[in-house]
Parts: sequence; C-alpha cells; structure tokens
Amino acid sequence: MTINETQDELINDFSFLGDWMEKYEYIIQLGKELPLINEQYKTEENLIKGCQSKVWLHAEFKDGNVFFTADSDAIITKGLVSMVIRVLSGHAPAEIVQSDLYFVDEIGLKEHLSVTRSNGLVSMIKQMKLYALALQSKT
Amino acid sequence: MLAQDTILKSTFDVAKIRQDFPILSTKVFGKPLIYFDNAASSQKPWKVIKAIEDYYTSLNSNVHRGVHYLSQKATDAFEESRKKIAAFINAAHDHEVIFTRGTTESINLVASSFGKAFIQQGDEIIISAMEHHSNIVPWQMLCEEKGASLKVAPINEKGELLMAEFKALLNDKVKLVAITYCSNSLGTVNPAKEIISCAHNRNIPVLLDAAQAIQHLPIDVQELDVDFMAFSGHKMYGPTGIGVLYGKEKWLDKMPPYQGGGEMIKTVTFEKTIYNDLPFKFEAGTPNIEASICLGAAVDYINEIGLQNIHEYEQQLLQYATEQLLNIEGLKIVGMANNKASLVSFTIDKLHPYDVGVILDKQGIAVRTGHHCTQPLMDFYCIPGTARASFAFYNTTEEIDALVVGVKKAIEMLS
Repeated sequence: MTINETQDELINDFSFLGDWMEKYEYIIQLGKELPLINEQYKTEENLIKGCQSKVWLHAEFKDGNVFFTADSDAIITKGLVSMVIRVLSGHAPAEIVQSDLYFVDEIGLKEHLSVTRSNGLVSMIKQMKLYALALQSKT
Repeated sequence: MLAQDTILKSTFDVAKIRQDFPILSTKVFGKPLIYFDNAASSQKPWKVIKAIEDYYTSLNSNVHRGVHYLSQKATDAFEESRKKIAAFINAAHDHEVIFTRGTTESINLVASSFGKAFIQQGDEIIISAMEHHSNIVPWQMLCEEKGASLKVAPINEKGELLMAEFKALLNDKVKLVAITYCSNSLGTVNPAKEIISCAHNRNIPVLLDAAQAIQHLPIDVQELDVDFMAFSGHKMYGPTGIGVLYGKEKWLDKMPPYQGGGEMIKTVTFEKTIYNDLPFKFEAGTPNIEASICLGAAVDYINEIGLQNIHEYEQQLLQYATEQLLNIEGLKIVGMANNKASLVSFTIDKLHPYDVGVILDKQGIAVRTGHHCTQPLMDFYCIPGTARASFAFYNTTEEIDALVVGVKKAIEMLS
C-alpha cells in the first residue's frame, strides 16, 4: 500500500466516527496498540521533546525500506504517532521524504500539528523525514 | 465544606461582571467556553477594549516629543496611566513606574542594569525553588557573566518556601533576592513582607515577581518596602505587550540605562550622552503607547470592582474547587500551601496532563497543561507537568462543577 493509500484508509476509518469523543477514543485505542519501541532504543538520543509530551523514535533500514518504532508518555500523542508510523513505516526513503501528510488535517486533528510546541508530533515527522533523507543520500 | 449557595450569596454579582467580558459568551466545539487559563492570560473587559478603540480613534500619536495637539493628548493620557498605576501599587513617586513589555522584560531590566552596577565576581543572588523561568534564566545569565552564584531557597512538599532555609542563605555576599510573590504553578503566596524584612536586615534589596499576585491581592509597595516589583498587563485584564517595573527611586537613580536610544537621553553628542531623568532613562524608543494607556483603563476597572472583593471571591472559588477536585479518585493537587492564590494545579494517577488538557478542551474547558515554565519545580515533584485551572473573578462555581465532570470524563476515556 502506498503512503497515500494508507492515509486515505485512515481518513475513511475516521469518516465513520461521529463526534470528537469517538475520534479521540479511536486515537487512544491506536495509542494503546502501538508496537512499542525496543527499550534499548528509548534513549536520550532518540527522544524528541515537545513542550509537554515526549516521543521516542527509532528508525531501522531493511531491504531498501525504513521501519519506524516509537513510544510517547502521553496516550493521545501516542495514538497520533501510531497513525504516522502506520503511514510512513516500511517505505523507501525517497517516498517518505516526498510525502505530504494530509491525513492529520483531513481527519480534523489539525490542532495537533499546528500547536508545534505542545506534543512533539511535528518534530517527530521532521525527524522521520530527516532519517529518510540521510538514508536516501546513502542509497 | 463550602456550600455553593454561600458563594452565590456573596455581594459579588458575577452574572453582571461576566457581561463586562464579551469573550466569555464564546462557544468552543459547540459548548460554552469555560476559561480557566487566567494565570497565563486573563480576558479583557469592555472598558479596556473600548479604551483601545478610543486610543486609535481619538489619540493615536507619538508621545513626549510632539508639540502638536494629538501628541500632547497622547502624552497626557500616557502619563495619566502611569499615575494610575503608581497609585494602584502606592508607589511614592510616579517616576518609579517604568513601562516595559512585561514581567520578563522588567526582570531582565533589573538583571542587566542592577547587575552592571552592583553585581561582582563572588557575589550571590537568591531565588526560590518555585520560580518561573523568567525569574531564573536572567539571573543565571547575569551570574555567568559576572562570576556570581545563584542560590536557590528550597520549598516543602506543600509548595511553601522554607523560611529558615531562606534566612540561612542570607549573608554578606548576597546582593539581591529575587522571589515570586505568587507561584504560577502552585498558587503559593509567599510571605513577601517577611522575606523583604529579613533581606533588608542585611541591606539586601528584594525584587518581587508579582505577575501572579498583582491581579489577586491588594499590593502596597511602600508598606512592603519592596525595592523592585515586576508585573504584566495582560494578566491583569489589560493589553498584551505591556508591563511594569516598579523600582525605588534610590536604586533606579544609581542604575545605568537598560537600552540606548531616543527618549532615554537629555543630550547626545558623539563624545558623550547625558541620560534623561526617571522614568525616561529606562524607556528608550517609542513605547507601546496604546497598551500603556489601556493598562490604566484595566486599573480603573479593577478599582471599580475592588481588589479586596476580587480576592475574597476568588478565595471562595479556590476553596470550592479544591474541595470538589479532591473528591475525584486519583487526583492530586500539587501545591497545598496554606496561603494560595486562586489556582489549582493537579495530576491524575497514570494520566499525562497533556491528554487531560486535550479532553477538557474538547468539552470547552480551557486549562493550561505542562510544566508552566517551571521545569525545576516539576523536577522537584518528579512529574512531567500538571493540569492547571486558574480562576479569575468572572469564573463561577457552576464552571468548577463542569470542570469536575470534564475531568471525570477524561479519566473515563484515558484509563
């Protein structure tokens, strides 16, 4: 599945959810289901600091694709992280670098991207693209 | 327990007061706005909003230098506002009121100017463990520059300053005490008069960060005998981008200017500049004229309500909120000082404050979450942050009830 196909799938999932409460319950559920980063990678080096919540991110390069794992101390951030990982993980560096993550806006969660200081999500996406860019230049 | 009807019987007509604040009728996500982020910034009454409009429709002009009609009118209004603020805090002289951009700039002004004149290598500056970053970082920068040391007066688990420990830090090397009057994270109101008196016994001047006190408590700088006091306009129902540094004349006279430029000079030649008198020595460049004037309108508004009335009503809100929130299982209030301003900072077992804040927001309830720019304090409590509900006199017990419902919903969703 391409990055955009996964995004469209997520947008479709959210279209069945009625009010904000259902949307957030779904995000919280996704947060709980996020495959956690291996504890050994939960280091200061892999920590992305938002003003309020923290995200740990690890990238692995395998068979020409980048695989991400992550964790966050806040469950809503973790749910958002889970979605971003679902969209970007397992793709070639060039695809990740060029991707446009429109789904966060489309599913009505724009505030989590615009409040750049609060949850580290924007920094996380930037970091994922930087990993991909670094790997792209090596391949 | 404080019954809701006791508060409603108060002489304070909250319903009428709320009509003075147009933003309070806003809807957020289809729900009536409940604004509990007053410690970050308060809402503005019509009186201030109207003053801003009046300024641009009848006064707008630069101050102090113009000979023309509008400039004279703007200058009069600007200086009238300074007088109102001086009277509000009972300064001995109007020229002890310096307009700045806010509390942060006021503290930086003292760190820079007082620091230049009076801090030397080996000196010490005392702050407390509950300081906001704005009352930590400028002193760290100064200490680094001068080779001085920063000493931190500790607090207890309740969030109260340990006075014995504070007193023990006072010695001949200490050249300044800079302490918050009221903690923005805990609500603790520090014993300012005692702190000042102890410091003065050793001839040490004191700066009070009154950003979280000026809107809650009547403050008399002469009675306190405080040497410097900093506060912001936007937390006291006035405009943003304006603040005040109060300083005793005897200190301000001895301090060099903070910034160079227009207004702060008497004469300039390429060889030498003669600095202007107070307060202009510290007000280089065109000031925020609009906000300076409209801060005077905010002071008028507060005076109409009466700070003592505000204080009493807010204390009732604080007591009510404390009782109601403590009934929630797993909720812990961070900061249980005996003397507190009207804010409640809390954590909930196993929940991150960010998550709680997001769920409350969706219910129309605005609280602040995070470390509140007091990271060392959060480290002291070993927490990433808190959710903070800070009340103003336009808040109600019904809103506090809605907060309790909102918190319970957050717990239900996030657990």
